[in-house]
Amino acid sequence: MNLDELELIARSVRQENAAYDYELNVCMDLACASQGAEMLREALIATGDTSGKKVLVRRTGCMGPCSSGPMVRVDPDDTLYGHVHADHAEKILSSLGNEPVAVLQCDLNEHFDKQVRVVLENAGHIDPEKIDDYIARDGYKALLTALTEMTPNGVVHRITESGLRGRGGGGYPTGLKWGTVAKAGGDVKYIVCNGDEGDPGAFMDRSVMEGDPHRIIEGMAIAGYAVGASKGFMYVRAEYPVAVARLTTALREARRRGLLGSNLCGTTFNFDVEIRLGAGAFVCGEETALIASIEGKRGTPKPRPPYPAVSGLWGKPTLINNVETFANIAPIVRNGGKWFANMGSERSKGTKVFALTGKIANTGLVEVPMGIKLREIIEVIGGGVPNGHTFKAVQTGGPSGGCIPAEMLDLGVSYDALLKVGSIMGSGGMIVMDDTSCMVNVARFFVEFCMTESCGKCIPCRAGTAQMYKLLTRICDGSGTMDDLSLLEELCVTVKETSLCGLGMTAPNPVLSTLKYFRNEYVDHIVHKRCTAGVCNIKAPAEVLA
Amino acid sequence: MTTFTPPPLPSDDKRWKIVNGTMRKNGFARHALIETLHTVQSSFGYLDDDSIRFVARSLRVPLSQAYGVATFYHYFSLKPPGEHTMTICTGTACYIKGADKLLAESEMKLGVALGQTTADGKVSLMTARCVGACSRAPVVLCDGKVSGEMSREQLIEQLERWTVE
Amino acid sequence: MSENVEVKTLVIDGQEASARRGQTILEVARENNINIPTLCHLEGLSDVGACRLCLVEIAGSNKLLPACVATVSEGMEVSTNTERLAKHRRTILELLFAERNHICSVCVANGHCELQSLGQSQGLTHVRLPYRNPELTVDASHERFTLDHNRCILCTRCVRVCAEIEGAHVWDVMGRGINSMVITDLNDDWGNSSCTRCGKCVQVCPTGALFDKSQIGSEHPKHPDFLPYLNLMREAQ
Ligand SMILES: Cc1cc2nc3c(=O)[nH]c(=O)nc-3n(C[C@H](O)[C@H](O)[C@H](O)COP(=O)(O)O)c2cc1C
Ligand code: FES
Ligand code: FES
Repeated sequence: MNLDELELIARSVRQENAAYDYELNVCMDLACASQGAEMLREALIATGDTSGKKVLVRRTGCMGPCSSGPMVRVDPDDTLYGHVHADHAEKILSSLGNEPVAVLQCDLNEHFDKQVRVVLENAGHIDPEKIDDYIARDGYKALLTALTEMTPNGVVHRITESGLRGRGGGGYPTGLKWGTVAKAGGDVKYIVCNGDEGDPGAFMDRSVMEGDPHRIIEGMAIAGYAVGASKGFMYVRAEYPVAVARLTTALREARRRGLLGSNLCGTTFNFDVEIRLGAGAFVCGEETALIASIEGKRGTPKPRPPYPAVSGLWGKPTLINNVETFANIAPIVRNGGKWFANMGSERSKGTKVFALTGKIANTGLVEVPMGIKLREIIEVIGGGVPNGHTFKAVQTGGPSGGCIPAEMLDLGVSYDALLKVGSIMGSGGMIVMDDTSCMVNVARFFVEFCMTESCGKCIPCRAGTAQMYKLLTRICDGSGTMDDLSLLEELCVTVKETSLCGLGMTAPNPVLSTLKYFRNEYVDHIVHKRCTAGVCNIKAPAEVLA
Repeated sequence: MTTFTPPPLPSDDKRWKIVNGTMRKNGFARHALIETLHTVQSSFGYLDDDSIRFVARSLRVPLSQAYGVATFYHYFSLKPPGEHTMTICTGTACYIKGADKLLAESEMKLGVALGQTTADGKVSLMTARCVGACSRAPVVLCDGKVSGEMSREQLIEQLERWTVE
Repeated sequence: MSENVEVKTLVIDGQEASARRGQTILEVARENNINIPTLCHLEGLSDVGACRLCLVEIAGSNKLLPACVATVSEGMEVSTNTERLAKHRRTILELLFAERNHICSVCVANGHCELQSLGQSQGLTHVRLPYRNPELTVDASHERFTLDHNRCILCTRCVRVCAEIEGAHVWDVMGRGINSMVITDLNDDWGNSSCTRCGKCVQVCPTGALFDKSQIGSEHPKHPDFLPYLNLMREAQ
């Protein structure tokens, strides 16, 4: 396969598509699929066959506004329909060429206007099981361009220039990491894609793996070329069977098209990817634990250094990046580092995909330029808190992150800004809470999560999270004392500063951030035996206050 | 050095051939342990001592190490599952939307604690840490099928359908 | 000294020290008679950096480093005994004492327990954290030894000595987090496991979790110092 052949495929797909009068893109991502999108698609195909119009019904990945699902987008009109069911098929087809079906139309202009799509540029536009669909949208062009027109160093340089930082949570500069692995000695190196997506309440990586799998493969192959690795592993959590199936298909297709394998594009570069399944362990998102897991062992982290970039899988230099990080690579190589660096804020470039969930009108996936205000994401894109409730906090960063209160909504989203307010960017979970959420209870939820996900190797995390959970449970059920609270705070510091890996080091964050902004709720539980949100089941009778 | 001969299949149950296939595909390398345990679980529904022992011996992994791996990962189950499985997502998005109440409700209805199976072997009650359908929270999986925006009534109805079946 | 052995100079607790490249902070400190508390570390076994008692401060960095695995670098300024470290060490010991059921007065290892003596040397006077009091078992199925989970601190010395020195890998850890447990084989009774009965695990166990049945009622000192000797003999072969 070379660039000309690639262009030929792209052209023929475009021609084929042009032969249709209309395209009906049906979102088949989990949220829509769980509401009958498959039946809808079948109905559209059946009705389309008899309608006399030339329509192409296409299965696509997540379009974004999941709460309006199942979604259908009619092209070329760009009409978006929501809450569509199989019995609407007739109506939609007969409307083609006339006025759109008003009752099904979604008014999501505001929702989309503030978004910028880089990672999700193909979402909702391609059939994830068809490699040619991806190729028709410039897919694999970056890989072949890199192989034929750029040196490995040139690729690393372009990534560095883009200012891209890791999307897995830490925000480590991607170009710097690639450079380290490229410089590491030895002929055997590995590329690992971290598709563990452990944050419980986030699904960006799943959507990319399911909706645009080739984008990740292309990113990994480019990385392989840049750092000198010929083998990649894709570590996907077992809870995502569809992602595994899509990636398996995609790998097969890429091999068939000669985009993976030996002597790619007539060069000496070889690259292939294997999938490895997780088995339900959050800690395996941590890179040294992930490596242990790929090696078939218990997923317990190791002290770093040595960093995987120097000594990783089977002791070889290993480049580990997150799914979304790899998804940004092809567009950067295609459009240049400066193009990417022009988006975003001073030290956080590009865009970020967030999974917006919780007490918010428009739940789903959004991709926004870095630097955008939280308020815009929540009030404009997300449509605010529904059912007449008031906003209380937004949680970012999952179990390692923190809760950000209403006063701070004008914060621009960037790695540094979020860190400063006691949270982290994390992988992109964004959970909105309203006045019916108790912040002490939320803190206890996250600590319970970390306790059950702790690998058990180091004491502060193993026993520390268990003790934090115990103290928080006391506070929640009304039997806690102010002494318990100060003990809890002290424990948080020790667990944070002495744990072996990131899980323990960040496990206290949800407690510390709620203590910082919602201390009154803790005091309410302890002193007044009262949970204002009405969530906690306070056992002790309310004290009669004199 | 003595050459290594993998142990014979535990029985003529065809499923062992599938398990063996996974190991062969990986050249009986130690690192195939987790992948092979996945195959055992998808073929037999769970892992028992015999299967762990067989896999460990075949891959030359110490028994204690194989058992350590099997019990480390929550996805592996060492008990046979019930006829049906109700998995309640207890990820953050689902928790905020009341997953804990759904869980308590199911425990009460079935009379079993989380992770257990009813005495008649009909229903197992499990939790998952996010299945990635957070936008439709609270989410449950009925025999692996995703149902979103689950209400208490719908949940009870489903459980009843299974228990009287 | 051969030429390719690079020499580094560093400062530990204000004292100048020289070290070879690749040496750990702990090694260099001990060579210079500076005591850093350790628990999971044992000379002769691989290091896991799990107990976190050996954490030290490095000037210019907020991050604490485990001395047993962190290697020296040129010009490093190490502090092993600050108020911050002392506090963390006490809390970690507290966490250990409250995790399972450690009742020194009735323990075979009383007076010879590394956990107990660390408690004393680090000035742990009382445990403020709630005791978890888990219900744990005692495995006395082995003809010579007993395993008491109540006193296990999961340092994994037994796992490492069995795998790395004896070469049997009978021990490992099952489960995870607070429910982790050391096991033999498929969580079989120790007496029915593939144990080679060498007794190394008992000697390296820092507490009374693994003990020799014949020693009950008498003094029960352990002798984990055979490891460097064994390793030396092996290297010489
Ligand atoms: C407890 C823990 C869980 C993590 N989970 C994930 C995860 O699910 N996905 C991910 O990409 N990174 C995760 N990370 C971060 C990874 O360790 C690693 O930094 C990342 O994959 C590097 O890729 P990046 O530079 O592209 O972000 C986790 C880290 C910790 C400490
Ligand atoms: S939190 Fe339940 S599906 Fe994500
Ligand atoms: S002795 Fe270093 S961490 Fe235990």
